[in-house]
Amino acid sequence: MANENLKAKLAEYEAACEKVCAKFPERKNLKYNRVYTPLDIDGFDYEKDLSFPGEYPYTRGVQPTMYRGRFWTMRMYAGFATAEESNKRYRYLIESGATGLSCAFDLPTQIGYDSDDAMAEGEVGKVGVAIDSLKDMEILFDGIDLGKVSTSMTINAPASVLLAMYIAVAEKQGVPASALKGTIQNDILKEYAARGTYIFPPKPSMRLITNIFEYCSQNVPKWNTISISGYHIREAGSTAAQEIAFTIADGIAYVEAALKAGLDVDAFAGRLSFFWNAHNNVLEEVAKFRASRRLWAHIMKERFGAKKAKSMMLRVHTQTAGSMLTAQQVDNNIVRVALQTAAAVMGGTQSLHTNSRDEALALPTEASVQIALRTQQIVAYESGLADVVDPLGGSYYVEAMTNAIYDEAAEYIRKIDEMGGAVVAIEKGYIQKEIQESAYKWQMEVESGLRTIVGVNKFQVEEKPVEGLLRVDASVGVNQAKKTQKVREERDNAAVEKALAALKAGAADESVNLMPLILDAVRTYATLGEICNVLRDVFGEYQAHSTL
Amino acid sequence: MDLVKELLNGSRLALARAITAVESEYDNAVDIMKAIYPKTGNARILGITGAPGAGKSTLTDKIVKQYLAQGKKIGIVAVDPTSPFSGGAILGDRIRMNDLTLNENVFIRSMGTRGSLGGLSKKTSDVVKLMDAFGMDLVIIETVGVGQSEVDIVKNADSTLVVLVPGLGDDIQAIKAGILEIGDVFAINKADRDGCDKLNVEIEMMLDLDSRELAWRPPIKRTIASKDVGVDELVEALDEHFEFLEDSGELATRRQERTRDEIIAMINEQIGRYIADNIVVGDEFNRQVEAVNQKESDPYTVVSTVMQQVLKA
Amino acid sequence: MAEKRIRVLVAKPGLDGHDRGAKVVARALRDAGFEVIYTGLRQTPEQIVEAALSEDVNVVALSLLSGAHNTLFPKIVNLLKEKGMGDVLVVGGGVIPDADIPGLKEAGVAAVFTPGTPTSDVIDFIKANVK
Repeated sequence: MANENLKAKLAEYEAACEKVCAKFPERKNLKYNRVYTPLDIDGFDYEKDLSFPGEYPYTRGVQPTMYRGRFWTMRMYAGFATAEESNKRYRYLIESGATGLSCAFDLPTQIGYDSDDAMAEGEVGKVGVAIDSLKDMEILFDGIDLGKVSTSMTINAPASVLLAMYIAVAEKQGVPASALKGTIQNDILKEYAARGTYIFPPKPSMRLITNIFEYCSQNVPKWNTISISGYHIREAGSTAAQEIAFTIADGIAYVEAALKAGLDVDAFAGRLSFFWNAHNNVLEEVAKFRASRRLWAHIMKERFGAKKAKSMMLRVHTQTAGSMLTAQQVDNNIVRVALQTAAAVMGGTQSLHTNSRDEALALPTEASVQIALRTQQIVAYESGLADVVDPLGGSYYVEAMTNAIYDEAAEYIRKIDEMGGAVVAIEKGYIQKEIQESAYKWQMEVESGLRTIVGVNKFQVEEKPVEGLLRVDASVGVNQAKKTQKVREERDNAAVEKALAALKAGAADESVNLMPLILDAVRTYATLGEICNVLRDVFGEYQAHSTL
Repeated sequence: MDLVKELLNGSRLALARAITAVESEYDNAVDIMKAIYPKTGNARILGITGAPGAGKSTLTDKIVKQYLAQGKKIGIVAVDPTSPFSGGAILGDRIRMNDLTLNENVFIRSMGTRGSLGGLSKKTSDVVKLMDAFGMDLVIIETVGVGQSEVDIVKNADSTLVVLVPGLGDDIQAIKAGILEIGDVFAINKADRDGCDKLNVEIEMMLDLDSRELAWRPPIKRTIASKDVGVDELVEALDEHFEFLEDSGELATRRQERTRDEIIAMINEQIGRYIADNIVVGDEFNRQVEAVNQKESDPYTVVSTVMQQVLKA
Repeated sequence: MAEKRIRVLVAKPGLDGHDRGAKVVARALRDAGFEVIYTGLRQTPEQIVEAALSEDVNVVALSLLSGAHNTLFPKIVNLLKEKGMGDVLVVGGGVIPDADIPGLKEAGVAAVFTPGTPTSDVIDFIKANVK
């Protein structure tokens, strides 16, 4: 009966608001209610829906203590130009207090072309560091103890090759593979759906991924073998619910592929990690993090019968939304990133990269990167947001939003299951179309003024061009190509041929795990392009199709 | 005419610009078509149609590669629907054929259905003729088989390949839409999917229902275009159909009928356009319509009055 | 004579896979009544120019977010000229620093649209400048 009373009072309140709100039409059609009450979380069950931090279904966080113990890992994504330049930036970041490295590779590296390949024209060293052979990897981590640092690598289609190079560098440093800590992104499905740096068709790509799962579970046990990424899906224009829905659907596909390859769910599921976007709408984002943890826990336990707690935990790396940075009034981006950081922290992320103010214009300068890192440190040490675990738990609004995002994502996953899973849904273009639809809607909302972006469609000012942007010299490409040609001349080419031939034979036999063969090849200084070309010969290349 | 001369000399740019002139009905369009007409009739014309998502473009890509290997020169006309709301279109079929772009023996042109008076069918056939005169051995018309106009487009072809795919749930609808009736060869693409056998049986049953006495029984071929599986057999079947057309005299008959249909369509279009430009815009016509509305006259009287004007013109 | 329909090739040169902008623009152009030919990702300058030629487009709209614009945009403009397509309007968009814009314009790129540009600006510019 309390509810009836409350409903009546709510109706009174809404009626009273109508008159005032009618004066603000642009604030009227927001997708949220004006106010949230216990009515919005009817049936809320603390122990079932939330429970305690570190307890199933992990809505409140994957660790019991969260930031009352250690803060999240402040991991700054960096890399540009040559291995030498990037090595300098990594050392600078470590000195500045960054607690993990995150490598950005240039596009030719991400798509398996050497720097002297015709396809690499104009792209070498532009969005990340160019890695052609083990030689470059040795320089990249020169003076950095791979036994101590944890390294995240944004690499997907050729992830096995870059991981093999990392293991080989560690060998030379005298660090055993079993001691290595880090993550490879290794999430090919979102490349087809949103990010575009694919090489091979889905089937052989899924095989490479399960090969890595298997190899690492035995030889590199502390390595996170995949970072199932919603980040790029969101960047491509999806909504918050779509971000976690399509990503978790991808996650389901990876788990199924590994099970099909004969792995035990608890042998690999604990090494799966996720990657979310921290977008502008702070509270919606917090709800998204919470909903995603609950959803993954339910799926792992109920669908896949996972037994180990770790297999059910959605551990997440986060990056603030690059697509929300504006090229206008770039200093405003500092504020945006601070709010996004707050969202990620209240959402309970395990690690975080904060974007720099100038990234809508170019790669960030060192000074901009420092502000971005300081933003995390201020949130951690000064804001108080990190003092309490899941500080928004119990908020009527955040709980209702968590439920709503959970339900919307679960409904998408049901649809994708019906189609035959994420791989089929991507091949049909379903996921791409849903993302494009949301992206177009967003753009039209901005252009119609329904959605305000400060400095872009409101509060504009005349501006002078931003000065002091980071520039990657065109000579980088030429020099890098020369360097690689020199590596080819100096290495034992007979050994390279032999290793590549073995790899080719292995690739043709689906029962072979390719990781040891790739590791053998990189040790001979076979280049990334050479290795990928061998695999292209056997696997073919993925042909995208228009989903417009 | 320089454009025609350049086109006949093998200029791709001239071909591209001539297509634009004809497609957009520029003032020189008729002259261009007249000038190239004597050079037409050498290309074999293949229509490829099917339901959306059947993998037509990928299959086209693979078929083209087979013919390229035989040393053929190939033109491709890829037709996509125009938005009825904006008149714009996204023409996205090229994306599946990107690695053909730089092949000098291939020319790909995308067209929107536009939906203008006179019909797309005629324009498509003119574009095919331009490619034919350019020296293509084979011209492929690729279009989505969703409506009558697309079916008409394919009637411009000597042979028609209908591409179907299992499990889209639209098998029966495709039969209703009538695209099955125009197939000379059928491909069941994505044949590794469930439902392939069922679809095969359905097509066979439909073909059995055809009561006409036909000398050619359309074969059904299974393909997985993305993996290049079954494409060589499909190409063989297409070649067999063309040989059948040639040997039976059917090719000559079809082409003669097509010429006749085209001329009739062009006459109809001319008359339609004359009426649109000269009669319906006049006050006199409006007055007559008003008289019909007032029940002072009737539509039949108006029509015969108009026809007399047209015949005098 | 029928009305002239503006044909636009929306192309992504270089290797970056970020096609959100290209796709949003393609769709907005379609909704503005243009015929849009979309090439997809990773197109070489040669492929883009050949597609522009055989499709006889009035406009080539390039989208690039990787920073390779200074190499690839001018190359495409020059190839178009070589092929007798110097009258085609070339526009570009993406993560492009202001400092690079004068150089790109000098190279023959008619307009550079940076992040935050409404699609209506792109449409208006094309309508006003297409030959």
